[in-house]
Amino acid sequence: MIDVLLPLAVVVPIVAATLPLALGLRYDRVGWPIAAVGTTAVAGIAAAIAAEVVVNGPFDHALGGFLPPVGIELVADRLSVAVLLLVAAVSVATLAFARVAGPRGNPFYSAYLLLVGGLVGMVLTGDLFNLFVFLEITGLTTYALIASDRSGASAYASLKYLVVGTVGASLYLLGVGYVFLATGTLNMLDVQAQIVAQAGYGDPLVRASYAFIVTGLALKIAIFPVHSWQPDAYQRAPDSVTTVVAALVSTTSAYALIRVTYTVFTVDFLAANEGIATALLVVSTVSIVAGSALAAMQSNLKRMFAYSSVAQFGMIGAAVALANETALLGGIVHLIGHGIMKFGLFLGIGLLALGYGSRQMSDLASAARAAPYTSGAVAVLGLGLVGIPPSIGFLGKWYIGVGAVDAGLAGGGAVGIAVAAAIFVSTLFTLSYVARLIERFYFAGAGLPGDHGEIFGDRGDDDAATDGGDAAAVGGRNESPAKTADGLPAPVEGAPRSWLVPDRVPTAPLLALGLAVLATVALGFGGFALAEWFGPFLAEVFA
Amino acid sequence: MFALASAGGAVDILATRHAYVAFALLLCIGLYMMIANPNLVKKIIGLNLFQTAIFLLFIASAYVEGGSIPIVPIGGPEGGLYVSPLPHVLVLTAIVVGVSLTAVGLALCIRIYDEYGTLRTDTLRELLRDEGSIPARRSPNAAGTDGEPAADGSAGAPDAGGETDD
Repeated sequence: MIDVLLPLAVVVPIVAATLPLALGLRYDRVGWPIAAVGTTAVAGIAAAIAAEVVVNGPFDHALGGFLPPVGIELVADRLSVAVLLLVAAVSVATLAFARVAGPRGNPFYSAYLLLVGGLVGMVLTGDLFNLFVFLEITGLTTYALIASDRSGASAYASLKYLVVGTVGASLYLLGVGYVFLATGTLNMLDVQAQIVAQAGYGDPLVRASYAFIVTGLALKIAIFPVHSWQPDAYQRAPDSVTTVVAALVSTTSAYALIRVTYTVFTVDFLAANEGIATALLVVSTVSIVAGSALAAMQSNLKRMFAYSSVAQFGMIGAAVALANETALLGGIVHLIGHGIMKFGLFLGIGLLALGYGSRQMSDLASAARAAPYTSGAVAVLGLGLVGIPPSIGFLGKWYIGVGAVDAGLAGGGAVGIAVAAAIFVSTLFTLSYVARLIERFYFAGAGLPGDHGEIFGDRGDDDAATDGGDAAAVGGRNESPAKTADGLPAPVEGAPRSWLVPDRVPTAPLLALGLAVLATVALGFGGFALAEWFGPFLAEVFA
Repeated sequence: MFALASAGGAVDILATRHAYVAFALLLCIGLYMMIANPNLVKKIIGLNLFQTAIFLLFIASAYVEGGSIPIVPIGGPEGGLYVSPLPHVLVLTAIVVGVSLTAVGLALCIRIYDEYGTLRTDTLRELLRDEGSIPARRSPNAAGTDGEPAADGSAGAPDAGGETDD
């Protein structure tokens, strides 16, 4: 009966999503408690599923008693459980932040729970069409959440995402349609068998299907040439929404890419169609470099880390296309690690914005003296993103890099080496913008030698060097940021006060941020444990 | 199918595979409309057209020559030739998804119209640029100066009002 946990993990958040709206008719402010209970329940279920997978191995559940391949099944294996735990943990932790930062109101929490349900569904489903449905549930709620602070700019960013995201999901559906025409089935494992039995890897329908699916998912993940929706969406969304969306939405789409590539089409398909694999590899490599370069040019912190995501997902795409065991392990580790780190970074930025009223790098000079714990956490997570060991960011990049070099030496030739070089260049870019951030936080500000504190002087240069992302926002609307007498960023009026630390940030989200930092560093020590954890999955797909 | 294409040429494809031709045409028209039309609502219509094309692909693939509706009455004859019911079910689900997407899209359009009073992307971009929500376009002569004036001056005409209003 343990397998009933799988549908429960999907159903609990979706049913809970109706409650804030329904009970909201009678009571005010029921949204947060319901969301807290709902996501905690999901976390508990996820933990139980993980325990079962560890003890007894992968298991599945046929929905409604219709056995696959006709029915839809939900499957938990080591890969899906890892992403499931990430989804559950981040969705609980973000609530701590949403409680203080808003957006408030019951509909927000309904959408939030629906988003969690969609994400869990994407992770657990074993059916291609069902994956499309969950992809769209996730997408729809993300569009709604991004626009949930009711500003015009966020509505425009959200609509842009809606159009691009829907094209992505539709292209995915088109790919599923093609593979359905070729094989007559939709169950992932059955498709895997039927492609060999009925069509073969060289069949044009199967090839076109994979191309459409990859393109569609790339739009959703935001790989470089089709990433344009993502920085706007991340920047305009309310901070709590950015936190959850940046950590989870692209991550589960990338998970879907790994799942479809290795469970449905298999590594033999990639080997038989080198052109497709190489194309994906080239696009991903360009994405790595371009994303990092664009990130280094930003002055708005949210926008900067949004572009950084483009680069990190480029690495994951490259890991998928390299099709060797080490690289794929790196891709999966980086997928999880990137989720944790981006959760922490956007949470940290959100906390600073909540307490000190700015998301501009230039306004946050000396932030480390005003808010030592928050800034310290952001700095550690930033260094993790660069890939300084011990951190999970290092492990992911390391494995992908080693895998790329392996592929290069094993006959992949220049392409594998190019990927490794791109990762190196990207690391340098990442270092450049994270170091800029750390310099601002720790070594800039009034009263320091060389007085970097004259931020109005150098802001002009800063912005002229960027794409101008927020030049107008700084110059036009915002007045100069308030400063305390000794030149530190001044807390905004009514900024929350923590009983634990001098930072003017709320306590509960700060603890969540601390946990993210701990996880980033602790997992950095667990390279072999992670390799062992994903070993069975890798052995299965590279059998 | 490909042997047919090479032997019979385009006419045969049109005659026997018109559903697929329509699918490809609709897909391209929808995509073009999304990219080229400056009106947000028309972009959403293009999106719908794009999705409808995919529904058509599924439905066309379910067709079986001479097949009947896949409903077997109780006690009716077993067997027989039916069109495939599965794609119909998939398309029903996809239609529901498409409708909710359209609803969210139109709701966002209403919000944008309330805020800015326009649905044309080019006008909207100008307004957003004035408001500072998207990067200002840098004109060649402003590029040399420092960033601060670029923020409110370089977009040129639209926001010269800063000084002249009063």
